[in-house]
Amino acid sequence: MNALGLVWSNLGRKQARTVLTLLSLLVAFVLFTYLRAVAVAFSSGGFGEAGIDRLVVSPKYSIIDPLPINHQQRIATVPGVGAVTHADWFGGVYQEPRNFFPKFPVDPEGYFGLYSELVIAPEQLAAFRNTRTGAVASAGLAERYGWSIGDRIPIEGDIYPKRDGSRLWEFDLVGIYRGQPDDPDPGVFLFQYDYFDEARQFGHGGVGWFIVRVKDPERASEIASEIDGLFENSINATRTATEDDSQREFAKQFGNIGLITTGILGAVFFTILLLTANTMAQALRERIPELAVLKTFGFTDGTVGSLVLAEAILLCVAGGALGIGLALGTQGAMSVYLEPVIGPINITLPIVAQGLALAAGLGVIVGSVPAFTARRLTIVDALRERQA
Amino acid sequence: MIGQIFQITLLSLRNLPSRLGSSSVIVVGIGGVVGVLVAILAMAKGFEASMSRAGQPDRAIVMRGGSTSELSSGMGPSEMAVVGSWSEVTAASGELYLVADVPKRSNQSLANLAIRGVEQAAFEIRPEISIVEGRPFATGRTEMIAGRGAVAEFEGVETGSTIELRNSTWTIVGMFEADGSVYESEVWADLATAQSVFRREGGVSSMRVRLASPDAAGVLSQRMEDDPRLDLTLTGEDEYFRNQSQQLTTLIETFGYGVAAIMAVGAIFAALNTMYSAVSTRTVEIATLRALGFGGMPVVASVVLEALLLAILGGAIGAAVAYFGFNGWTVSTLGGSFSQVAFDFAVTPELLVSGIVWAVGLGLIGGLFPAVRAARLPITTALRGE
Repeated sequence: MNALGLVWSNLGRKQARTVLTLLSLLVAFVLFTYLRAVAVAFSSGGFGEAGIDRLVVSPKYSIIDPLPINHQQRIATVPGVGAVTHADWFGGVYQEPRNFFPKFPVDPEGYFGLYSELVIAPEQLAAFRNTRTGAVASAGLAERYGWSIGDRIPIEGDIYPKRDGSRLWEFDLVGIYRGQPDDPDPGVFLFQYDYFDEARQFGHGGVGWFIVRVKDPERASEIASEIDGLFENSINATRTATEDDSQREFAKQFGNIGLITTGILGAVFFTILLLTANTMAQALRERIPELAVLKTFGFTDGTVGSLVLAEAILLCVAGGALGIGLALGTQGAMSVYLEPVIGPINITLPIVAQGLALAAGLGVIVGSVPAFTARRLTIVDALRERQA
Repeated sequence: MIGQIFQITLLSLRNLPSRLGSSSVIVVGIGGVVGVLVAILAMAKGFEASMSRAGQPDRAIVMRGGSTSELSSGMGPSEMAVVGSWSEVTAASGELYLVADVPKRSNQSLANLAIRGVEQAAFEIRPEISIVEGRPFATGRTEMIAGRGAVAEFEGVETGSTIELRNSTWTIVGMFEADGSVYESEVWADLATAQSVFRREGGVSSMRVRLASPDAAGVLSQRMEDDPRLDLTLTGEDEYFRNQSQQLTTLIETFGYGVAAIMAVGAIFAALNTMYSAVSTRTVEIATLRALGFGGMPVVASVVLEALLLAILGGAIGAAVAYFGFNGWTVSTLGGSFSQVAFDFAVTPELLVSGIVWAVGLGLIGGLFPAVRAARLPITTALRGE
């Protein structure tokens, strides 16, 4: 019987105990995986690598101030700026307030030109540009609300009434776009700025923010301060940051999500640590005479210690892998419930890697004391214990 | 039989110290579940309390038709005059509601501070506002008073400091309290001054009105609906804040119960594990008792009772940690009006009770199956030992 076989048969000695320990590890790692995914969703904008060359130009003093659209031409003149477009926060309610998703009036080609990671069929983009009341939705939104191209989507404008005093905006869905295969669904509803600006009752010529592509990401912060310099002393001063930073800053407004999830995970893992450590200690106590027999056969102290340690690590990694696997397997079903409330979540490779590393680390911690005890065991003492 | 249960339970509790390590697994496992559950729900409770305290049934908010929050609403002087002229309205204050980017104390990052420009009637409408430090702002000057929550969360809004907002310098001349409500998360200024500095001449976001009676809200809503010239909605202040808090409160509660439920599954496995091994180490002892004539029921009861006691101990520790660690802790988040709302965690007696209820439930499940196994042990095999 090889070493792995020995470890394996030890785990099978008390199957109920092994299974229960595995299950509690599994639960802990399901929780770990989801909480990490939520924390990551909050701390990153979900743009990942794609947003590295993008800047966001927002009003300096408050998100509720509009910026004049003619800032766009002046921003475009800054050396190093590749492209500029704009977007705005429409607010708006689709059917009922809990159907929440962002709705931006945009310049169709400018927006899709800057967000090059978004995929839309060229004829749909052309239709978006050519249809005054046209709108496009992300595939996730279309799926959630059962929309298809050609549908008319009514949205009640809670911020912007129309010129005629009515609050009902109706958009014709002319396209469905998606993000890159591994990215979460962008979840934004987009419609024509030109139509919006003409039809709204007030606020003409204003936009919410500009998005800038810089030619050289290395120079992003330099270009950001140059843009802010353009408008420094005007009443429409700006604040420019990389897309990642501005998303992160916004996420911080919700509070310290990272701290909360870390706190919960701390409580969970402390519990699991205690449980598994206790199981390992118990398993070792029952086996002391056996270990003595192994040593009598000529197994070295080191080997016996390693066997015990390997058992702990195997148990923890198996539990961790099962938990992460379960989280991955249920991700699709869970996001139906999670996406409308916290936005797209994505269990990324780094989260999986962190989870497995944590599982291995947990195994080392809970296994090291029993392993040390097993290693130090002298044959005579251990065999004597049998009589006791 | 009660006597038997009592004796066996006492016996098993007496030898509990020898199983201290494994028994603590139940205590810690269930303590963790209860602690996390109570702490998260305390967050929801605190937020809800801060919002609901601001809403009074005899006060109402008038906003532009269709607006869901003061931030997205806007009204002009003619509409204000109409609202002020109604006999059902005993006091009215036009209010400008804005948010500005101000660094938070905790991480220096910019967050939305709510700024409210008010008329003098605002204080008459909200008698709970009291200046606890400094003095009220003077009309016509760029002076502000800051709520206690705003002072706690934001930098540079304590009494005596000055704050730069949109190319203007404001002096904070006092601090106010408002019964722990969401108003304490705001800074207040004179309406006319705020309108001119923030370039909103003549316009307000909304109006706060005091109603002659709470029933007047329905009458006025109807009147607004019937008058085609008025595109306004009137919402009772209590209803307005209830709507504003509902979404976040539900989100936090769902999150809390979700996390606690997952942890509870883990804790049940831990409890089962512990109780099974407790039963297995006591095999000979239990068999002896059965041979002496103790019934199966008392054995079951004693194991369940032991699990329950450990669970309740864990639940109590978890609830205590949540109470002493989090009760009254001030945090802030983005509220319904897109501004920071500071609130205190509220570990209420109901939360502590529901924590203990969870502990009892988990202890029962964790104890029952091992107990049944203990009672079913065939006496002769068990006596023979392993």
